[in-house]
Amino acid sequence: MKTVFKRPHALKDKHMHYCPGCTHGIVHRLIAEVIDELGIEGKTIGVASVGCSYNNYEYFNCDMAQAAHGRAPAVATGIKRVNPGNVVFTYQGDGDLASIGTAEIVHAAMRGEKITTIFINNAIYGMTSGQMAPTTLINQVTTTSPFGRKPELHGYPLKVSEMLATIEGAVFVERVSTHDIKNILNAKKAIKKAFQVQMANLGFSIVEVLSSCPTNWGMNPVKALAWIKENMIPYYPIGNLKGKDLEV
Amino acid sequence: MGKKLLMKGNEVIAEAALRAGCKCYFGYPITPQTEIAHYFAKKMPEYGGTFIQAESEVAAINMVYGAASAGARVMTSSSSPGISLKQEGISYIAGAELPAVIVNIVRCGPGLGGILPAQGDYFQAVKGGGHGDYKMVVLAPSSVQELYELTVEAFNIADKYRIACMIMGDGILGQMMETVEFKDKEEIISADKSWALTGTKMEREQNVITSIYIDPEVLESHNLKLQRKYKLIEENENRVEIFNCEEADVIITAFGTVARIIKNVIKMAEKEGIKIGLIRPITLWPFPNEAFEKYATVPKAFLSVELNAGQMVEDVRLAINGKNKVFFHGRMGGMIPTQNEILDKVKEILKG
Repeated sequence: MKTVFKRPHALKDKHMHYCPGCTHGIVHRLIAEVIDELGIEGKTIGVASVGCSYNNYEYFNCDMAQAAHGRAPAVATGIKRVNPGNVVFTYQGDGDLASIGTAEIVHAAMRGEKITTIFINNAIYGMTSGQMAPTTLINQVTTTSPFGRKPELHGYPLKVSEMLATIEGAVFVERVSTHDIKNILNAKKAIKKAFQVQMANLGFSIVEVLSSCPTNWGMNPVKALAWIKENMIPYYPIGNLKGKDLEV
Repeated sequence: MGKKLLMKGNEVIAEAALRAGCKCYFGYPITPQTEIAHYFAKKMPEYGGTFIQAESEVAAINMVYGAASAGARVMTSSSSPGISLKQEGISYIAGAELPAVIVNIVRCGPGLGGILPAQGDYFQAVKGGGHGDYKMVVLAPSSVQELYELTVEAFNIADKYRIACMIMGDGILGQMMETVEFKDKEEIISADKSWALTGTKMEREQNVITSIYIDPEVLESHNLKLQRKYKLIEENENRVEIFNCEEADVIITAFGTVARIIKNVIKMAEKEGIKIGLIRPITLWPFPNEAFEKYATVPKAFLSVELNAGQMVEDVRLAINGKNKVFFHGRMGGMIPTQNEILDKVKEILKG
């Protein structure tokens, strides 16, 4: 009998705690599949951050550190500099990376740290119950922007990938989405390339993954995926911003 | 012993760290400790280690967290305002039980304060500073020679107990030049680091470095484990210098550079027939309570002299536990008490 579908070895056989319809689980699986395909589980070290995925070391099989809010790129820097032969990735949300951790992500990119960041952008703070994030869209209602995000009060949503793409040390930058199968497959390709860029010692690599948060968006999972397509992608266009043609 | 060299305190810290096997230094410029970073920047390549001038103190301490997680001997250094920024990371390092050495060359506060010597960070260092129930070992050298010896020691203590170890000096100690005699070879303990993040190599279970335990029973048992470790350190690691205390009229207690002034006061007082003793805590945590208990009833009174508004004096009073009077004399803002000023205070106490 031929096996056509199984759990990647890099992912533990555990129920995840994420809400129904949340795309964290999909992204975890994509990372694990990439780790398996590259045969790097034994030398991969992940860095979990603060937010809904704070304990994703419960799901990945590789060595992992848990970092303070926003500090994962600094922690990953320390790990990678001690063990340059390891593959080191951070897994961060948009509150973590785009707000409290802006200095750490910008400077890890500036130094061209040979690490890979998986950046989950769902336009909201998930774990702390739906506050406005720097990535929250204009007019989006959150618990701290109950009348919608207003440019005159809150400014415009931050386009992190575009910003990081201006930095020399960031050699691979791509934005992907999880709202349908085709895009999920593209997301996996980008994650794989980002890891390969690190393994080739080319510099800092990041994949921004547009993700859903049905619970805090107040939608069912199907509507949430449609909301990514209809509202997020027009503001956060998907595609490669840098490093598409890098030879790995 | 090796040859004697004339060196600046801050440079000796970096040299001692390299001799102790420090492979990573992460820091951010701030006066009066920046020579530590200069020395590492120049010398670290010879040792095959990592030097990073971080984007902030917050990033530097989190790089320490990462490098310590990966099993390396690692150091950061700063001065008071920068140490305040590091408190978040120090609490996480304590929670995750990582070995790390942190140097604070203390300057005056509060706020930006001034760049001159002070001891106003005593509370921050020994009572917490960051959030949660934790301790770090705090070493307070009073000479450049001791700065060297205690820096090496700090790495051993950090590795032995998986704890953050702080070296607390001040602007005098960091900036002054004194002779220092280096050993030919340092005594470096070999610590088990099978917990470190190195990659599983598909040969062992996953290692995880974390400070979060959502289940309250698990978190309480983690806290109790930390407290047992702190108790063990209190029993084994407290260090103190006791000088001239046997028949003292007054015992002065002081740490770091202030203790040097006290030794001159002792000589001045002898000429006037006044016997002064000195208890100099070398570890500020664990605090050398036994030394105070031993001499509690010997003098007519204790006097704590500090470069702050009265911080260590609280621990002295706890150690004396009502068995004697405890007075305080302090200067702030970078002002240093003179020998005469301290002797006058002693005479005032003896007059009653």
